[in-house]
Amino acid sequence: MSAVREIEYRDALREAMSEEMRRDKRVFLLGEEVAEYNGAYKISRGMLEEFGARRVIDTPISESGFAGLAIGAAMMGLKPVVEFMSWSFSLVAADPILNNAPKMLYMSGGQFGCPVVFRGNDGAGGQLGSTHSWCVEGLFSNVPGIKIAIPSNPYDAKGLLKTAIRGSDPVFFLESERMLGNKGEVPEEEYLIPFGQAKVIRSGTDCTLASWGRPVHFCMEAAEEMQKLGISCEVIDLRTVRPLDIGTVVRSVKKTGACVVVDQSWSFGSPGSELASQVHRHCFDDLDNYVHRVHSADVPTPYATNLEQEYLPNARKIAEAVRSATYNL
Amino acid sequence: MTSLSHPTAGGTSAPASPHSVVHTKVYGDAEHLQVPAAATHVSSEQMLDWFKQMLLIREFELRCMQAYQEKKIGGFCHVYIGQEAVAVGCTAAVQHKDPIVTAYRDHGHALARGMDPKHCMAEMFGRIGGCAKGKGGSMHMFDRDNNLYGGHGIVGAQTPLGAGLAFGCKYMDEVIDGKPNSRVSLCFLGDGALNQGAFHEAMNLAGLFDIPVIYVVENNGYSMGTAIARGTTMAHSLITKAAGYGIDGYVVDGMDVVGVYADMKRIADKCRATSRPAFVDMRTYRYKGHSMSDPRKYRTKEEEEVFETHDPIGRLEARLKTAGLLTDDSLKAMQKAVRDTVRDAITWSDESPIPPMAELYHDVFVEPWGPYTGSSQPAMNGGTANPPSMRTIDTKEELS
Repeated sequence: MSAVREIEYRDALREAMSEEMRRDKRVFLLGEEVAEYNGAYKISRGMLEEFGARRVIDTPISESGFAGLAIGAAMMGLKPVVEFMSWSFSLVAADPILNNAPKMLYMSGGQFGCPVVFRGNDGAGGQLGSTHSWCVEGLFSNVPGIKIAIPSNPYDAKGLLKTAIRGSDPVFFLESERMLGNKGEVPEEEYLIPFGQAKVIRSGTDCTLASWGRPVHFCMEAAEEMQKLGISCEVIDLRTVRPLDIGTVVRSVKKTGACVVVDQSWSFGSPGSELASQVHRHCFDDLDNYVHRVHSADVPTPYATNLEQEYLPNARKIAEAVRSATYNL
Repeated sequence: MTSLSHPTAGGTSAPASPHSVVHTKVYGDAEHLQVPAAATHVSSEQMLDWFKQMLLIREFELRCMQAYQEKKIGGFCHVYIGQEAVAVGCTAAVQHKDPIVTAYRDHGHALARGMDPKHCMAEMFGRIGGCAKGKGGSMHMFDRDNNLYGGHGIVGAQTPLGAGLAFGCKYMDEVIDGKPNSRVSLCFLGDGALNQGAFHEAMNLAGLFDIPVIYVVENNGYSMGTAIARGTTMAHSLITKAAGYGIDGYVVDGMDVVGVYADMKRIADKCRATSRPAFVDMRTYRYKGHSMSDPRKYRTKEEEEVFETHDPIGRLEARLKTAGLLTDDSLKAMQKAVRDTVRDAITWSDESPIPPMAELYHDVFVEPWGPYTGSSQPAMNGGTANPPSMRTIDTKEELS
């Protein structure tokens, strides 16, 4: 086998979309600046040239309109991929994405599915302030009828996005502006990654670190630091929060007896609180301490660099949580 | 041409009474429609069929109100009495393959589109024989085989969907099949939806992208209890809103089914030929309240009586009798047939089982996972598990 190449996260996303568009004419991309501008974050660079304006469609700044349009098209049997420049902007499209997409199959008694993928940047970018830094998984993971993928690296981004596009149900695909330039190994040959399969990305014996998306990298940093203190961390990348692969986490916690959940969304009623609750339930007799959680601070996202850094989950906070969970304070 | 006062009065000129505008007929550029008059010829069979459909809808709705009082129907229930000519005339003016989507006052559209009344009634009774297995209710009538895409509960929510249905049709024809677009979509909305952002975004996209969708505003003069001029600017000339989006606007008398058909046929034919959207201010009236709990204190008995004299069923009845197409005897026979149909629908719905508990976790996702058991069509459509085309790929198989 040839040496595995490295590509950027944004290139992985583009490859996933382009491959699926070559494979299936029902797939098309729409969103703000996706075509002539080549993508606000250059994710769709070159796609207009390859697929033409009928399949790579610039929309006006009109999230409620084009999100709803995509859902109508999906009900007709097409497979739209909708790019939100930021998931923060999806809030003005709350009705179509939360009332229509996840409920159409149910309230039509199985008659109309909604195979649409909504994707875009999620979480703090870098000094974007309070309204542009949403971690929408905190809100949206509460809603049944949607799948939510939050990949942490280019390999997962490509494999999960291809699965999302090929699927038959609505998917919220949460990327991160801060990771778009990250490079990672992505094979030339085609692959798919199933939803609901977590990956153990570092083996350890003393404490389980469970996370998804960008904070996975902070977990790895913290695990390195902890190793120096002789605390062995197992790091799990959940990859999707709906479905949530609780089994992989439970198997790990039964081994380590300690667990830290790291979630960039706010703590109150979040995927992190759900995961912690499930671990408590399934590992009640295995835990030596309560499940610790590291979230963004429970305040609007601040602008100042120092405040924003302290607001977000980071390796230091995770390390402190690990030491507390394992009684190494 | 019939004249009638419509609560649509008001807007910029702020008249003393909200009920002083006189109106009917398509205006706008009739000559630009370029559809030969022969295209809107109406046969006596068609008129009799529409008459029967309107009788059916009215009887169905009266029995819905009764069933609601008997607590057989729960939740919200909005009846279509007074507006029958709109759904019947519009549906007749398009082809069966053309998608239709509407708001929550949707029983009339379902019946006009061809849904068997028993599936419509059973849905409201919360029974497994309902069009959505009893999981949707009064506001969510869906019929895949009849190209009815709901039944939507949030005011205005269906307007971007309507653009999407029409976009989807055009994309399938032109991009996938490489042939000219062959379908138009009908998206019904109430006049209250005119003030929702979603509607304006949908109109902008439809105008911008050349989407063949017809927005039919069932302008009954009231958004719940608010007379249109109290909540909507330019209420006396709603088509000015369409002009702002570069979309042709028309005003149609929605109390005359033959006129609705004739006007909508020309509009639909033009949209199909040009692949462009349209906007219709369809002047109509609902005789009953917004929902079952509405005492109608916001309008006068006199106003209601005026509109009752323009009743779409009464008008067509008079026309058919004058033309010698309907006699008292044939009318009675028709009324009896309709009563029997609705009574049978009620009996059938009473006997249809409540949904089994397994339905709770069914139809959440097409692809089964966790507690979710996949999806299948309702009994109305054969009850078969959803076909592979609606199912996701088996990723394990693809990976190996």
